[in-house]
Amino acid sequence: MEMPTPDIRIMNQKSQIVQLLQEVLPKEAVIFEPRELHAYECDALTAYKCPPMIVVLPSSTQEVSAVLKICHAQGVPVVPRGSGTSLAGGALPTEDCVILGVARMNAVLETNYDDRYIRVQSGRTNLSVTGAVEEHDFFYAPDPSSQLACAIAGNVAMNSGGAHCLKYGVTTNNLLGVTLVMMDGEVVEIGGAYLDSSGLDLLGVICGSEGQLGVVTEATLRILRKPEGARPVLMGFDSNEVAGACVSDIIKAGVLPVAIEFMDRPCVEAVEDFAKAGYPTAEAVLIVEVEGSDAEIDDQLDKIKKIALKHNPVELRESKSADESAAIWAGRKAAFGAMGRINDYMCLDGTIPVNELPLVLRRIGEMSKKYGLKVANVFHAGDGNMHPLILFDANKPGDLELCEAFGAEVLKLCVEVGGCLTGEHGVGVEKRDLMLTQYSMDDLEAQMRVKDVFDPKWLLNAAKVFPLSCSNERRAK
Amino acid sequence: MTLKTETDVAKFIGDANAKVRKLRIVGGGTRQQLGKDCESDAALSTAALTGISLYEPSALTIVAGAGTPLADIQEALAVEGQRLPFEPMDHRSLLGSTGTPTIGGVVACNISGPARIQAGACRDSLIGVCLVDGTGTVIKNGGRVMKNVTGYDLVKLMAGSMGTLGVLTEVAFKVLPAPETTAVLLLEGLTDVSAVQALSKALCSPYEVSGAAHVQKGLDGVPVTMIRIEGFEKSVAYRISQLQNLLADYGESAIETDPERTKAGWKWVRDVEGFSDRLGDVWRISVKPVDGPKVAKNLPYADCLFDWGGGLIWALVPEKTDIRKDLQGISGFAERVRGGAQDTVPARLAQNPIVAKIEQGLRAKFDPNEILNTGIMG
Repeated sequence: MEMPTPDIRIMNQKSQIVQLLQEVLPKEAVIFEPRELHAYECDALTAYKCPPMIVVLPSSTQEVSAVLKICHAQGVPVVPRGSGTSLAGGALPTEDCVILGVARMNAVLETNYDDRYIRVQSGRTNLSVTGAVEEHDFFYAPDPSSQLACAIAGNVAMNSGGAHCLKYGVTTNNLLGVTLVMMDGEVVEIGGAYLDSSGLDLLGVICGSEGQLGVVTEATLRILRKPEGARPVLMGFDSNEVAGACVSDIIKAGVLPVAIEFMDRPCVEAVEDFAKAGYPTAEAVLIVEVEGSDAEIDDQLDKIKKIALKHNPVELRESKSADESAAIWAGRKAAFGAMGRINDYMCLDGTIPVNELPLVLRRIGEMSKKYGLKVANVFHAGDGNMHPLILFDANKPGDLELCEAFGAEVLKLCVEVGGCLTGEHGVGVEKRDLMLTQYSMDDLEAQMRVKDVFDPKWLLNAAKVFPLSCSNERRAK
Repeated sequence: MTLKTETDVAKFIGDANAKVRKLRIVGGGTRQQLGKDCESDAALSTAALTGISLYEPSALTIVAGAGTPLADIQEALAVEGQRLPFEPMDHRSLLGSTGTPTIGGVVACNISGPARIQAGACRDSLIGVCLVDGTGTVIKNGGRVMKNVTGYDLVKLMAGSMGTLGVLTEVAFKVLPAPETTAVLLLEGLTDVSAVQALSKALCSPYEVSGAAHVQKGLDGVPVTMIRIEGFEKSVAYRISQLQNLLADYGESAIETDPERTKAGWKWVRDVEGFSDRLGDVWRISVKPVDGPKVAKNLPYADCLFDWGGGLIWALVPEKTDIRKDLQGISGFAERVRGGAQDTVPARLAQNPIVAKIEQGLRAKFDPNEILNTGIMG
């Protein structure tokens, strides 16, 4: 992965910069010893590693502001970091950068049930936001698979989704406001605990900007009352086409399940080996979950089962208890782990129009043969967000590159059929160089102009999102 | 000159930019009174950019030209039993305007209705845009799939930007199934405070409320509180009866299920029809719901309609009243939607200087010669 050449002048000033940072932060919040820096050399995209120059772990918005003022004045690049769970290399450092980690900022600042919001510091983990309101039967809806570990800061940066966003939307639909520290240290409140704000929708563009516009230190999030219950049904089909047609029919019938998950045969087999979830031997398995009271769930599942039966399922298994529901979900939740047991894998997340599913799966199968690498598909079928997992051996020379080429071809196919490169993981460094397959230079220019306004010196996470050749001039300023 | 394609629009704006001719962007012309007055040398009409270019009911996606009448889109969706999730308001009766609302105008002003409390605003359903910026450059962002985090979300930035960053030529939406049935729970005679409490209680229940409004003077002149439930018939019947039990402390409730009457009732709320034929300025105030009654109390001269569980207040006030002085200390925002010359009373709350600087910076990047709806957002 090509990254910008580190600025030697900055690296030569490391000790002065450390000293300046120590003046505004507690001693233990500034990390600069090489052996300690290794913990921050990569995120969950472990294929790329680079230790940063310095790591800071501020505890408040004021401390973040003080750090950014120093970096801004010294011209030091800053890479914000939540929990480091990015699958796209969103928190990958450069040698001359300061990693600004928000992990220590994990407090709940305010909960308001009548008005249905919570305000938290951005280092708080996704699942612990729900944890903070659960005793009142509330929850925070976006549920990325990494929710146990991932931070709200990263969720906002990447506009994270999850399995349940067909019904509840993604981060941007559940974010009411943020406290943003600009690269020059200015602190600004955007949005708030009310629904509409005046002026331009800055919150909308900050969410999903991959930490390039400012550092989010606090977030006001919409919380929802938990449904009375939820229950899944598992279905197996003879072919991907039939499973895809069944999904279409469910949606066209006006039923809006909270989740529709799709697994292809290679995925089901790997999962069975690993989790023994009792999945049927089928070309495609669907898990469809609905919510409501018991009677409401029965009613919706009846509708769904009737539709499924028209497509001659090889298996149709409705959960009858909490244990059975857990068993149905166990396989899906273990999918990534199951693949990881077999080999190293790369997880893609392109989105496609739902009706293109059979074509895309067939083409991925052909590519798998061409590249000689196995692939398994997990898929949020309701919203078209694919997760092909390409298996490779990191210890085998050339395998990573082969896998990357395969991945790039899949993503180009997603764009070709009317979809996009990334549905919920973000561009980061991983898909940076593919951006011109989806967008024209003018389209990217328009996006880069937004960064020009927020961060004129291009110091924040600057080597991400845009191909380096597109952002060179701006970063060199 | 009729602009029929994106290329036409790009050329028209490119020429105007070269000559620094200021353009007033017009879709159907039904919401021209929104925002401040703007300077203009010529009009740019998007009315000929019509047509639904893609509609995939099974993918819950629709794409249309910005000039497409909203009604055409709603009809096409209705045929497949679907709808736009955000229930856009029709401003014609409130503003006394004529014309045909277009989908581009809805997006440019980020127009939503009562369903916003559950289903989100226009910007939440918007998944893709094509636009022409102030230099005549064509820009596309987002696309036709509902999950897309590829690059910056300029889609959201464009929604509600009132044409100041570019002229929309095409828009794409995520749509939802239309419900089989609607039921509305009605409570009468509640004070603002207890009404908003009742609405909060309903919205904090697991019964998926899709509309929560309160009006100080209903058609019979008494306060009416309305809570809407939608979905499959059995489920609606169950949830509305659960809500009735939940809200028993707020007095006897009535249930309305007649499709025509429920539709008309929510249209009345959505379009603020109660203020249509009455004199005075109309302000729109967005706060957290619990502050809704405070807003009304601070505006003793106003008639108020509460939507979004109390968080959106429509206030009818005597002409030329600047209500903002009476809202000190309440977080949120207020804008005047109907009233005399817009330049005599500033329409919005004063802004944070850093936010103002960012907004100004963005406009300067997208419209360097300030030719698009100049000054409309202040």
